[in-house]
Amino acid sequence: MIQLPIYLDNNATTPMDPRVLEAMLPYFNEKFGNAASRNHPFGWAAEEGVDYAREQISKLINCSEKEIIFTSGATESNNLAIKGVFEMYAAKGNHIITATTEHKAVLDTCAHLEKLGATITYLEVKADGLIDLNELSNAITDKTILVSIMYGNNEIGVIQPMKEIAAITRSKGVLLHTDATQTVGKIPVDVEADGIDLLSFTAHKMYGPKGVGALYVRRKNPRVKVTAQMDGGGHERGMRSGTLNVPGIVGFGKACEIAMQDMEKDTIRLSAMRDRLEKSLVELEEAYINGNTEHRLPHVTNISFKYVEGEGLMMAMKDLAVSSGSACTSASLEPSYVLKSLGLNDDLAHSSIRFGLGRFTTDEEIDYAIECTKKAVTKLRDMSPLWEMFKDGIDLDAVEWAEH
Amino acid sequence: MAYSEKVIDHYNNPRNVGTLDKAKSNVGTGLVGAPECGDVMRLQIEVDQNNVITDAKFKTFGCGSAIASSSLATEWLKGKSIDQALEIDNMDIVEELALPPVKIHCSVLAEDAIKSAINDYRVKNGMDPIELPKSHH
Repeated sequence: MIQLPIYLDNNATTPMDPRVLEAMLPYFNEKFGNAASRNHPFGWAAEEGVDYAREQISKLINCSEKEIIFTSGATESNNLAIKGVFEMYAAKGNHIITATTEHKAVLDTCAHLEKLGATITYLEVKADGLIDLNELSNAITDKTILVSIMYGNNEIGVIQPMKEIAAITRSKGVLLHTDATQTVGKIPVDVEADGIDLLSFTAHKMYGPKGVGALYVRRKNPRVKVTAQMDGGGHERGMRSGTLNVPGIVGFGKACEIAMQDMEKDTIRLSAMRDRLEKSLVELEEAYINGNTEHRLPHVTNISFKYVEGEGLMMAMKDLAVSSGSACTSASLEPSYVLKSLGLNDDLAHSSIRFGLGRFTTDEEIDYAIECTKKAVTKLRDMSPLWEMFKDGIDLDAVEWAEH
Repeated sequence: MAYSEKVIDHYNNPRNVGTLDKAKSNVGTGLVGAPECGDVMRLQIEVDQNNVITDAKFKTFGCGSAIASSSLATEWLKGKSIDQALEIDNMDIVEELALPPVKIHCSVLAEDAIKSAINDYRVKNGMDPIELPKSHH
């Protein structure tokens, strides 16, 4: 018997791995000390937990433990990286390059800096969601201080060519930040091999707890510094003040250790399930996969079911927890800007569903999801005037719609 | 967002989904909304010699609230004269379905669809179209 509803929204957050919870528990009561208390055993025990976690985390992305700055999550890491570089390198320039498909934590941070005098270039992506490397290269000026390009996209899973991007930033002496929130723990990320200078990631997307993340800040070749965005006790090498979230950090460490152990196994299993789901669903007429399918995270697929609206569709799939690029899921009435950046028409963006599989997804759940989605799409199409018009051979683009 | 029970009921058991023959002179068709906006409603009425609506059908591309609003509209239309039908106000739909503020546009669209269907019928049968209030959304 499978248990309903089925969780297929692992890009939003993941359930905690029981092994992570177990590692965290002693740090709530037995080892409750403040990791900054250097003069008694309570502090030492907490510090030991943090140090061990730092090791586990740095191994996963192949950096030194001294290069990990703990934060409250990836949003804070993105803010610290971008605002911190903007302030620290103000003498060198004020130009930052990013892309239109970035997460709001990057886009809104950049928009904020624009008000403070930054010049931001937003690179458009190609129809498959990848940036154009020539465009990136041409966008760099002598005022450019930072390129911030996400590693794997949260909505479509597309993976940007990080090594090639780094080759460009390196050759021009510009720092490279990447929002790797969806990527770390899912595919191998190696800051040395990839050539990344700053990297944001978080625990809760890889079966760890919410409320804890990290920013990797390179210490050698080049030595990177960011201006602290929070004033206080000078924790984390002065880059991020605030008492460390010890249980969260311990859990984050354990999550990284497990991710490293299980990555290969998880990837094989998840991509097989994802591919099976995807293959079955595109058997439906007028169903389209969004984004590049070759350079993509193993556990996610984003599909537009033309002529049905995403939120209406999700309602018919009430036993599946998924998400949609439909406007109706937000108060803004604007469909997903990521999908629109791929050049999708608004109607296709409205019709999209993201399936995010995870470590605890089973084959039975995928069987159920396939059947449930197919039924829902068919039901909604039977109710859709657009589907009927399409079937009658009417060119919907030629119809004069009463816009509202 | 949680849906009201009535929205869920209309969504799970939509009333009067279907198509009437739009070529017939006693059928009025209203097609409102746009695919880019994420809502398209088609509402059709069949009217007898006394200008009473005997049948109503809908098809909707949209969220659950849009589907429920159009389903409810077809229920309310049957048995009303075309003049009475004009009195259906979008706020009646909002109230009946307990739509939250972000979904009020669904009820507005349903009201527009009703008026547009009636006008189609009126024009087909030699009557002047009623003037529609400037779209308020």
